[in-house]
Amino acid sequence: MSPEHAPLRSGPRVAVLVSVGRHPVTGRPRRADQDARAVELALGLEQADTRLLHAGRHDDDSDSALRGYLGMGFDSLELIEQNADADVVPALVEALRTQSPRLVLTGAHAETGEGSGMLPWLLAEALGWPVVGGLAAIEKIERDTATLLQALPRGRRRRLRVRLPFVATVDQSAAPARQSAFGPARRGGFEAVAKESRADELQAVWQVAPARKRPARLKVVKSGSARDRFKAAAAKSGGGGGKVLEDATPDQGAEAIMALLREEGVLR
Amino acid sequence: MLETILPVLLLAALVLMAIGAVRRVQLWRQGRAAPVPILKGLMAMPRRYLVDLHHVVERDKYIAHTHVATAGSFVLAALLAIVVHLFGFDNPVLAWALVAASAVMFLGSLLVARRRINPPPRLSKGPWMRLPKSLMAFSLGFLIVSLPATGVLPANLGSIVLALVLCAVVVWGLGEMFFGMTWGGPMKHAFAGALHLAFHRRPERFSAGRGGEHRSTGLKALDLNDSNTPLGVGQPADFTWNQLLGFDACVQCGRCEAACPAFAAGQPLNPKKLIQDMVVGMAGGSDARYAGSPYPGKPVGEHSGSAHGPIVGVQEKALVDADTLWSCTTCRACVEECPMMIEHVDAIVDMRRFLTLERGSTPDKGAVVLDNLIATDNPGGYDPDSRLYWAADLELPLMSDRGRAEVLLWLGDGVFDMRNQRTLRALVKVLRAGGVDFAVLGNEERDSGDVARRLGDEATFRSLAERNIATLARYRFDHIVTCDPHSFHVLKNEYDAYGGHYAVYHHSGFIDRLIESGRLQLDSRQRGSVTYHDPCYLGRYNGEYEAPRRVLKALGVELTEMARSGYRSRCCGGGGGAPITDVPGKQRIPDMRMQDVERTGADLVAVGCPQCTAMLEGVVDAGAEVRDLAELVADALATDAAPANGSAATSDSQSSRRHTEEVTS
Repeated sequence: MSPEHAPLRSGPRVAVLVSVGRHPVTGRPRRADQDARAVELALGLEQADTRLLHAGRHDDDSDSALRGYLGMGFDSLELIEQNADADVVPALVEALRTQSPRLVLTGAHAETGEGSGMLPWLLAEALGWPVVGGLAAIEKIERDTATLLQALPRGRRRRLRVRLPFVATVDQSAAPARQSAFGPARRGGFEAVAKESRADELQAVWQVAPARKRPARLKVVKSGSARDRFKAAAAKSGGGGGKVLEDATPDQGAEAIMALLREEGVLR
Repeated sequence: MLETILPVLLLAALVLMAIGAVRRVQLWRQGRAAPVPILKGLMAMPRRYLVDLHHVVERDKYIAHTHVATAGSFVLAALLAIVVHLFGFDNPVLAWALVAASAVMFLGSLLVARRRINPPPRLSKGPWMRLPKSLMAFSLGFLIVSLPATGVLPANLGSIVLALVLCAVVVWGLGEMFFGMTWGGPMKHAFAGALHLAFHRRPERFSAGRGGEHRSTGLKALDLNDSNTPLGVGQPADFTWNQLLGFDACVQCGRCEAACPAFAAGQPLNPKKLIQDMVVGMAGGSDARYAGSPYPGKPVGEHSGSAHGPIVGVQEKALVDADTLWSCTTCRACVEECPMMIEHVDAIVDMRRFLTLERGSTPDKGAVVLDNLIATDNPGGYDPDSRLYWAADLELPLMSDRGRAEVLLWLGDGVFDMRNQRTLRALVKVLRAGGVDFAVLGNEERDSGDVARRLGDEATFRSLAERNIATLARYRFDHIVTCDPHSFHVLKNEYDAYGGHYAVYHHSGFIDRLIESGRLQLDSRQRGSVTYHDPCYLGRYNGEYEAPRRVLKALGVELTEMARSGYRSRCCGGGGGAPITDVPGKQRIPDMRMQDVERTGADLVAVGCPQCTAMLEGVVDAGAEVRDLAELVADALATDAAPANGSAATSDSQSSRRHTEEVTS
């Protein structure tokens, strides 16, 4: 939606970063599940001026996938065209600086490409904004702050109050995305945003190989009765080794993390 | 005195009728354009009325006789009245004919009145209750005023009071029969109905002079590239003009309501009310004046709309609610029963198209199923490369290896369903026993697009259809055989529009041919009592009622028919994506169907459709076993005729399979 045609909305500006997804079974391009959930969250905000933003190549595959987001009820999507080998972070940072949204939503990690989940953190670092992971719901947005529900493991939720602007990532805990309708998807358009495409030099020296399927431990159900099986399924996972630091200084925190990493054999 | 007033009255009625006709036509013309051969249609109309329409009306003998007497003599009386009283032809023969026609019409109207004394609940009340009296007024009025012209009575009879009374009766009759015909009274059905027959949207459904009716899909392809028109029907004016005309032809006889499985199950659908709602929408207003059964659970008077307003509201109530449209199983029972040849199902799918393609509001699991069809070419989201896992031991010949075969066996999405895999195994065994040269597409096969299309997703249907047609074009085969009537219908009738023309057999028809040509040796020992459930997409959609029954007969089965069988078969509830959208009702459609089965006392119901099998087998505590025709035939194969092929031996009789399961578990 360009500012001229956009309906006057008094609410905050929201940018949703969307990527090209990949179906887990057939590998066909589609809207990425987490990004679509981020769009769904944004659509739930009353009065918000929401824009979709994508940085990447524009070809047949990405076109059909990106139209999936338009089909959720958007007239247009801002497209920063980038080369295949580009690092999209600088271009996105520039675009977000000019747009100056109050809130940036995106999936926790992409279904194609690097998919490292680093992008929101790199963006936030470059913009100097906080990051909220695992956003489950946006309860309220006021002038300077937002009240959020953050998803924690095992279905728990934590209420957070965060100063605007910030970056938030969305994973499977958020509500599933609405159906993408063919008509609006077909009619929606792409608004080109010109940004320089900078090659990712690090990536150029990487060796890329298809992921190997890791062997998974078979789940052996030992007990016979339904009650026992239910208890086994509902039991908390057997971690238990963690410890909670309260009122720790950053140094103490870092110390504890290093100790854990050594214990787990990540650092030697 | 009457001599001077009567021509004036007639002329006034005719002028008002003409004005009403123009207004009515303008209402219809709000709809989208549709090319119709006007002259050809008008020429075909009398035959369509006298043969096809009467064929349906005749199913109710009482009303058929009543209608012939009333309508036939009304047309005659009206024409003669114009000649005698308006143009003043003073001819005793014409006058006598007019008197006779009026008399027959009066007798007819007495029969109409008798039907209305204690009307069945499917009939609409309201203005329809006054119709017999109006018919009497017209016939009696013209009978008496025409007597002087015959010379039986003197021209100046009786007092001025009697003349005035007669005048009033004639005005009433003319008001209902001429004025009401085009201004929206019950007689509107005659005017709109005649034109609807002439300009029908699916003219091929009518019988031709030389032979039976042609089967077709009523669904028209959408132009997906035209970005100026919304996809599907979002407001009454989005229907084509001849669809609007068709809605206007409804006589509110409620035969559709009596046949509708969703209505019987207490789901919020009544085909008659739906058609009336479209009429309300076309003319603008509220449904408060509707005088028939409502949608179950939805009181009359809360919905309203206009020609250019939404049919389904986004937040607020509009003309109809979305769950009404999603309750339909597309079984076409209403279309089959409608004496006015109205096409309800196609209109419902047109409206669903708008909800799915423009609003993205396919309910319940609909959106998931459509996403799966887009991403994996099957509704369950299974890996498309696993289509033949069920047949790992059968060594099915693949088209990609063979290039050509006599029969292309279309397996359908039942390959992912363990119940239907048993049917498919049985069918393979039967084909092998018959020495049929067949091959399958294997992983190259995709969903036929049936569910996507009925859920309104024309884009996904089209994509599947085009890719299936491209795959089929690479191979050579004489015909396609499938055990799924939905695939059968789509391959046979709906791929036509995209350039796929095939000779398709449902497995019942093909097995029937095998038996007839002596290629199958059946051991036709006596079996228990069996009844047969006609699948909608095989029966009503494609007119195949006999082949499955011939196969059962060849098996030596004593067939007990259900009260609702053949063209009146009750749907299993599995069509049109109804199990996916799953609109709640008071009872389940398959439960009602199993009760039908149990009423026959049969202990086995033979089916010919994976959907029907799944729906009927899902009935808890059913009194009858559900078996597919292919399974019954496979069980009856004469043992020496079975090939010594090890692969076919795996699916032997049911008892031995049970035994194996017991050992392994």
